[in-house]
Amino acid sequence: MTAPLGKDLVGLEDLSAQQIQLILDTAEPFKEVSERPIKKVPALRGKTIVNLFFEASTRTRISFEFAEKRLSADTVNVAIQGSSVSKGETLVDTARNLEAMRIDMVVIRHHASGAARFLGERIRSNVINAGDGKHEHPTQGLLDLLTLRDKFTTIAGLKVAICGDVLHSRVARSCIWGLTKLGAEVAVCGPPTLLPRGLETLGVTVMHHIEDAIDWADALNVLRLQLERMEGGFVPSLREYNRIFGVTRERLGRAPRELVIMHPGPMNRGVEIDSDVADGPHSLILPQVTNGVAVRMAVLYLLAGGSPDWRNQPADDR
Amino acid sequence: MPTTSRMLDERSMSRALSRMASEIIERCQGTEGVVLVGIQRRGVELAQRLADLLQRHEGRPVPLGKLDITLYRDDLQSIGARPVVGETSLPRQLDGQIVVIVDDVLYTGRTIRAALDELADFGRPRRILLCVLVDRGGRELPIQADIVGTTITTTADDRVDVLVKERDGEDAVNLVRGA
Repeated sequence: MTAPLGKDLVGLEDLSAQQIQLILDTAEPFKEVSERPIKKVPALRGKTIVNLFFEASTRTRISFEFAEKRLSADTVNVAIQGSSVSKGETLVDTARNLEAMRIDMVVIRHHASGAARFLGERIRSNVINAGDGKHEHPTQGLLDLLTLRDKFTTIAGLKVAICGDVLHSRVARSCIWGLTKLGAEVAVCGPPTLLPRGLETLGVTVMHHIEDAIDWADALNVLRLQLERMEGGFVPSLREYNRIFGVTRERLGRAPRELVIMHPGPMNRGVEIDSDVADGPHSLILPQVTNGVAVRMAVLYLLAGGSPDWRNQPADDR
Repeated sequence: MPTTSRMLDERSMSRALSRMASEIIERCQGTEGVVLVGIQRRGVELAQRLADLLQRHEGRPVPLGKLDITLYRDDLQSIGARPVVGETSLPRQLDGQIVVIVDDVLYTGRTIRAALDELADFGRPRRILLCVLVDRGGRELPIQADIVGTTITTTADDRVDVLVKERDGEDAVNLVRGA
């Protein structure tokens, strides 16, 4: 029987609605594992997983590491400073060397869009994309979906506005694919300099006023203004960005209905989101982080060969 | 050609469950400190039935939990087909309690091995009993049930189907020969 997700998880673009639902359904029981007195199950005992991070990451790397450890996998973290990559080794050589040490899975974050697919096509191990350039960050998209499903019970018909720096955001792409596949209505909102051209072809509505997004949406996914990628003068100043696009309590107060706020982190408080919104009653930011571990456990488990179909299980295997 | 024969019908299954409930009371001298834990999937319904019977006999509710052993199976690496993970929810306190594991069919014993491992991660019960509706033989591990509804002699080609009203619309135990 083939694994239900295939060998790699590169992006939500590649998955069907059924596969996305399967991951969300599988994440459900994994939430409970993290609440146990002993937060560990033996499902991936004996599997070796390498977390290969070519870019700085705290939340995602720790979240993956918790997910791996709670499934009893053995993990190794490779940070790029001080590794042979800084001596000029290529991505494929690094991965092949790791494979020669008999690993089973690679979780990769890389600054180049397409790095995860490139690697997945060249090594036998399962590859999980933990963010590649401006392409996708599928587990972030999945945890956003899980958090929305927890809140609204279903994604279909939901109106979600993705606000801010869509241009530099792999989270935005994964979110757009995931949400549209599950039947949500998606809008993106930001200054024209931060919205890539051709977004409409993905089936999303484009807005340029944060007030319009707040007026329309059930949920806002507020993206981080990627200050480190802001060399090119995409916005005149952070203060001006906050004045025009900041999600503030005052703006939310004018919303026609209650809406929930998500943010993939790390937040620039006082820039794209105000503190009293981030910490306010409508914020789902910390539930997102909790769900991140469950979703990553589900992805690891399913890629390792877990099947969705208990009905094919021989009934006499007891 | 598989042939199906009915080993228990609704009435005989209900009688078996009543007797099993009485045996639990007898072995545990009441229901003080008893926790019933049903194994997903049909062990959960059977544990619920037994809990109702125990409450009727002893006049007070018995804590009830459910256990999914999927993540503790010993064949995760070798077989592709794995059931989707079900819900696990156990009473907060297992330390010092008498845990009665309830399952529908006891066969190889591997499910129970996994259940024992999993329970150990939740606490240290004073005692663990195993209560199954059907013991079909064929053990691959040194595990035996303490309380058995009915014993059926089977071969590896047979299948035992336990049906419960809550899930399947009727109460029955069927033996499918040559399945």
